Amino acid sequence: MSKKTKAIAICGVMTAVAMIFSYIESLFPIPIPVYGVKLGIANIAIITVLFVVGKKEAFIVNIIRIALTAMLFGNLNSFLFSIAGGFLSLVVMIGLQYTKRFSTVGISVAGGVFHNIGQTIAAVFIMETGAIIYYLPVLLISGIVTGIVIGIVSGLVVKRVKSSFFNMEN
Amino acid sequence: MSEKKNWKNDLILVGVLLAVSVLAFVIINMFVKKPGDKVIVKVDGKVVHELSLSQDTEVIVEGYQGGYNEIIIEYGYAKVNSADCPDELCVHSGTIDKSGETIVCLPHRVVVEVISGNNEIDAEVR
Repeated sequence: MSKKTKAIAICGVMTAVAMIFSYIESLFPIPIPVYGVKLGIANIAIITVLFVVGKKEAFIVNIIRIALTAMLFGNLNSFLFSIAGGFLSLVVMIGLQYTKRFSTVGISVAGGVFHNIGQTIAAVFIMETGAIIYYLPVLLISGIVTGIVIGIVSGLVVKRVKSSFFNMEN
Repeated sequence: MSEKKNWKNDLILVGVLLAVSVLAFVIINMFVKKPGDKVIVKVDGKVVHELSLSQDTEVIVEGYQGGYNEIIIEYGYAKVNSADCPDELCVHSGTIDKSGETIVCLPHRVVVEVISGNNEIDAEVR
C-alpha cells in the first residue's frame, strides 16, 4: 500500500471514529449545569490525524465530522455551536503543531480551551447576551482538565497508529 | 525530538492557561458581579419580560421555536423551575441573584439575566 493510500484510509477511519464519539457523547451529557462542559472524545481522532497524517487532513476531517454529525444527529443550532468551537480549536491546534514544541497533551489542552472560547463567542452572538462571557472561566478550566485527559489518551493512540502506519508491509 | 522537552512546553502552556482562567474567575466573581435587583428574560435576543427580584412572581415564556420555560422569582432569587427542552440544563442551573449572572436555555434561545436596575448605563452596555 502506498503512503498516500494509508493516509486516506486513516482519515476515513478517524472520521468515522470521530462521528461515533460525537454521537456517544451526545447520548451521555455530563450532569454539570453549564453549557459546553464535555469531554470532547472526538478530539482523540482529530489529534491522531493531526499527528499521524497531517495538518490539512486534520482540518478537513474535523469539518466533515462536524457537518455529518450535525446532519445526522443535530440541527442548525448545534451545528453553529460545534463549527464555531471546532474551527477555532483546529486553527489553534494546527498553529501550535507548526511550532513542533508540544506533545498531544499541550495540543489537546489548547484545543479544548479554544473550543470553549469559540462556543462562547457563538453563544454571545446567537443569544445576543454578553453576560454569557461570565461562564468562560469555568469553561476554560474544564477545557484544560478534559484536554489533559484527552491529550494523554491521544498520545497512546498516536503511538500505536503511527507504528502500524509505518511498519505495515508494502 | 526529545520527549522531556515536549513535556516542559506542555507544562508551561497548561500553567499559563490555568493562571489566566483562575484570574478571570476571581476577577469576575469578586469585582464584576454585584447584587442585582432586576431580571430580564430574553428570547432569541429580544427582551420579553423585565421583572423585579424583590417581588415573587412566575412567568412562562415560549422558546423561539416552540417549547416553554417556567421562570420563578422567590426569596430574591430567580430560577427556571421547569422546561421541556431536551437537556433541561436551565432547570439544573440553580438560582441566580447577582448582576451579570445568567441562566441559559440554548435549545429555546432563552436567557434569564440579572441586572442591577439602579445602574442604567451598566445595563445598557451589556
